[in-house]
Amino acid sequence: MESKALSVGVFILVSVIKSVIVLVVLLTAVAYTVWLERKVVGHMQNRWGPTRVGPFGLLQPAADGLKFLFKEDLTPPHVYKPLFLAAPMMALIFALTSISVIPFGNSITIFGYSIPLQITDLNIGLLLILGVTSLGVYGVALAGWSSNNKYSLLGGLRASAQMVSYEIALGLSLVGVLIQSGSFSLRVIVDAQGGRFLGFIPRWNIFHGQFVGFFIYLMAAYAETNRIPFDLPEAETELVAGYHTEYSAMKFAMFFMAEYANMITVACLATLLFFGGWHGPLFGPPLLRSLLPLFWFGAKIFCFLFLYIWVRGTLPRFRYDQLMSFGWKFLLPLAIANLVATAIAVVW
Amino acid sequence: MSFHLILFLAFGVVCVAGAVNLLAQRHPINSALSLIAVMAALAGEYLLLGAEFVAAVQVIVYAGAIMVLFVFVIMLLNAGEEEHTNGSRVALLLGVPGVLTGSVLVAWVVLRQSETEAVPIGALPGHPTDIAQLLFHDFLLPFEVTSVLILIAIMGAVVLASKPETPAREAA
Repeated sequence: MESKALSVGVFILVSVIKSVIVLVVLLTAVAYTVWLERKVVGHMQNRWGPTRVGPFGLLQPAADGLKFLFKEDLTPPHVYKPLFLAAPMMALIFALTSISVIPFGNSITIFGYSIPLQITDLNIGLLLILGVTSLGVYGVALAGWSSNNKYSLLGGLRASAQMVSYEIALGLSLVGVLIQSGSFSLRVIVDAQGGRFLGFIPRWNIFHGQFVGFFIYLMAAYAETNRIPFDLPEAETELVAGYHTEYSAMKFAMFFMAEYANMITVACLATLLFFGGWHGPLFGPPLLRSLLPLFWFGAKIFCFLFLYIWVRGTLPRFRYDQLMSFGWKFLLPLAIANLVATAIAVVW
Repeated sequence: MSFHLILFLAFGVVCVAGAVNLLAQRHPINSALSLIAVMAALAGEYLLLGAEFVAAVQVIVYAGAIMVLFVFVIMLLNAGEEEHTNGSRVALLLGVPGVLTGSVLVAWVVLRQSETEAVPIGALPGHPTDIAQLLFHDFLLPFEVTSVLILIAIMGAVVLASKPETPAREAA
């Protein structure tokens, strides 16, 4: 099908529409990931989780949102106010920014315009995500510092040390994939994973030599998002609530949303880099064929989110020295070894 | 004026304003945050020039790693507000005009006297492939030597930071 080039006006209109859709979908996904987590962890601990608001507690996120909005927004007197206010915003902004380069599927053609299912396709897409993730630490660190509270400060310090340490392993674990696909563009990386080995094994990077790389990525990503077993910055048994001890109402909700948005971004990235993105079996009538890639993408992300919750329901928290020695003495050398092995294999 | 040029000037203004704010602020953490703003604005400038990879690396390395360590140290030491001395009026009277003349002079020399042309907006060869060709092919030896230099610096820092053994034993 012949597709027209987009004029400036149409381009801006399409970009705005795409951004709004992606934002709405992302925030809904964030809300229902919280619901899923409460439900799944509840069942793992032999209780029901939310059941009262709506069928299966499905309206619980809406009730929570209203509660956050109507709660009194306390600002303790001893905080450093400008940064205390800015920190949750920074956390949320950086968490939402990285979704802008995530592709959800191939192009679709509407009214003769070919529109890629992605807000913007940069040829440094992956680097942008890494850069934004590395800025995300400021939200947490500044929240901890500006609260002027020892528990918050300890949480902020732990968060910045942890995120800087695991970022290195995270970045190195992705280099293997980059060497194989030869591009930073997420679309190119996904396109390189189409097709099958031996007719039935999908040509995803995880089956294409990046098995170790995937597990390094998974562990480093859990640490980057401050999730159990790496949730030391907000360890409730030691630090009250860590960096967000002093936050209430919507400002607390912003940290909460940022954490879950980061989880979703990490799951998207894992899907795109290691599990073939939207590639999956296509069948049926044309409409089903065009919707199936989106379904596969969503299903893979769901699996990752479920894994997150499963891990949370299973593992205890690391001790701080264990966390640091695991990151620097195990994960980092393993990532470097994986990088060297991949490079040798590709050159061969 | 093209949209690119407007953005370029806007980022430039942010950059300079951040740098001035960095000096004017009394609290170290505010200064550090202004420096982050300068870094981010510089990344924007690189992006406009077409050097996408350099822009991304600028954010990841400077704003994301080095400045996090700055903030970390300020938080760890709990550095308070600095006291400004009212002192040197000479610095104010000579320093500010001096810096202004200096920067104008440097800009004039760079613009007028250099033999290379100014890079038009968006024309810098900034694709990762070009950078990789330069780093790992044309300038491989300097690149590797620099990495060894950094390694030596890291080892030096470890040696300096680790306590000498004998006093520790005496204390125990």
